[in-house]
Amino acid sequence: MSATAQQAEQKAVDPALFETVLELIRRTSTILPDDVVRAIETAHATEEKGSNADVALNIIGCNIGLAKDKSAPICQDTGTILFYIHTPVGYDQLALEEAATEAVREATRIGYLRQNSVDSLTGKNSGDNTGPGSPVFHFHQWRKPHVEIKVMLKGGGCENMNAQYSLPHPDLGGRDLAGVENAILDCVLQAQGQGCGPGILGVCIGGDRGTSYAFAKEQLLRLLDDTNTDPVLGDLEKRIVDKANRSGIGPMGFGGKTTLLACKIGVANRLPASFFVSIAYMCWAYRRRGVEIDAASGAAVGWLY
Amino acid sequence: MANYNLTTPLDEATVRSLNVGDTVSISGRLYTGRDAMHHRIHTGTKPPVDLAGHIIYHCGPVMVKEGDHWKCNAAGPTTSSREEPYQWEVMRDYGIRGVIGKGGMGPKTLDGCAKYGAVYLHAIGGAAQVCAQWIKRVDGVDWMDLGSPEAIWHLWVEDFMTIVTMDAHGKSLHKEIFEESKAKLLALKAS
Ligand code: SF4
Repeated sequence: MSATAQQAEQKAVDPALFETVLELIRRTSTILPDDVVRAIETAHATEEKGSNADVALNIIGCNIGLAKDKSAPICQDTGTILFYIHTPVGYDQLALEEAATEAVREATRIGYLRQNSVDSLTGKNSGDNTGPGSPVFHFHQWRKPHVEIKVMLKGGGCENMNAQYSLPHPDLGGRDLAGVENAILDCVLQAQGQGCGPGILGVCIGGDRGTSYAFAKEQLLRLLDDTNTDPVLGDLEKRIVDKANRSGIGPMGFGGKTTLLACKIGVANRLPASFFVSIAYMCWAYRRRGVEIDAASGAAVGWLY
Repeated sequence: MANYNLTTPLDEATVRSLNVGDTVSISGRLYTGRDAMHHRIHTGTKPPVDLAGHIIYHCGPVMVKEGDHWKCNAAGPTTSSREEPYQWEVMRDYGIRGVIGKGGMGPKTLDGCAKYGAVYLHAIGGAAQVCAQWIKRVDGVDWMDLGSPEAIWHLWVEDFMTIVTMDAHGKSLHKEIFEESKAKLLALKAS
């Protein structure tokens, strides 16, 4: 595309939507959500003063404050950019996608996002976070009158710690809750501190290999202090966090009481022949935010998280 | 567990006295180096700076040019395990006394630490802004042809906080905690 054509296309996007998504990205990259900050503070209070875990959580706390004050990225790896969007019936989703993509380009130019999108064959960085598969858009319709956009930035270090298990498994167990629990805890064991823990797990039980991972990631949109609507899963979530925190892995894998801040589990139907457990490991730099947008004007009417 | 304030370049005796779990605040020169830089050294190119006694920081910083000097906007550690094939060689051939990174490294590096007198210093993953604050100056850069994140940046740091997770006595906190947590989780296993 020629430079002029590109400029024309840039101008064509809805300016209000563009501004709203740009501000959403700025907030997401630079201000950690309250529920996450609270969870880190609560965890910090349980660690022994002067321990390496205490040192790590101290620095993490300082970092959260500094990033907010400087309006600078909390972590330099601004990760995969994942959009989860709900729109009213009949709404122009393509126009929204174009405005959001343009906002991603601008956020990269400003430095809220790092140049993070690399051609998998040539190794060339696109320089603006766009290209095949990036950013990621998940669109859904709903019968509400407004648009909702949620965005999550998921870093590479923690993404590399994701795991998928197929049950039954010779060491971990069968197609039951015990097998699921052991699989999730094996992921925690293998990850150690490499996903920049304390971590947060999004888990899906079931689905096919692809949808299972996608659904696991969506669990990370839940609030940290919510309660699972299914009491069986709610209990399992608590058990996982409790056992993980008794493993002694601790923040950054230094040892300590806080290995996980939370675990959020969902279920999807599966084929009779398969039973997948997929785990999305999220680092402490758990960046996800949302905005509610007036469908007619494109202006923000409320901020989420 | 002890706390140390050390200034680079480091001598072998000091480095050999460090133990897993110690907190070490580094001041002085740090050189960044990650995948492309290690690969280039591994394939025979001599580093453009004298690395003897120095520490390589596994980091791809975000740098901005202000007038004729560079400013560091974000500089957290990157995953070190990618340098596992090469790191011991850099210890042997160029006398580095340590690396700073995150996630720890494997047996080749641990052996290298013991043989040549070096340590692995763990920075706090994700703490890009705090790390950038500890970087007081950017004094130069080499191998910019590798791209800014992969180049060798000459940083000047003050009280850059790290934790020794692999020492020159053959001990690795990563290995220890893996074994301990494996045993604890095994005892908690559901059936
Ligand atoms: S895992 Fe998270 S905190 Fe760690 S470097 Fe990556 S994005 Fe940053």
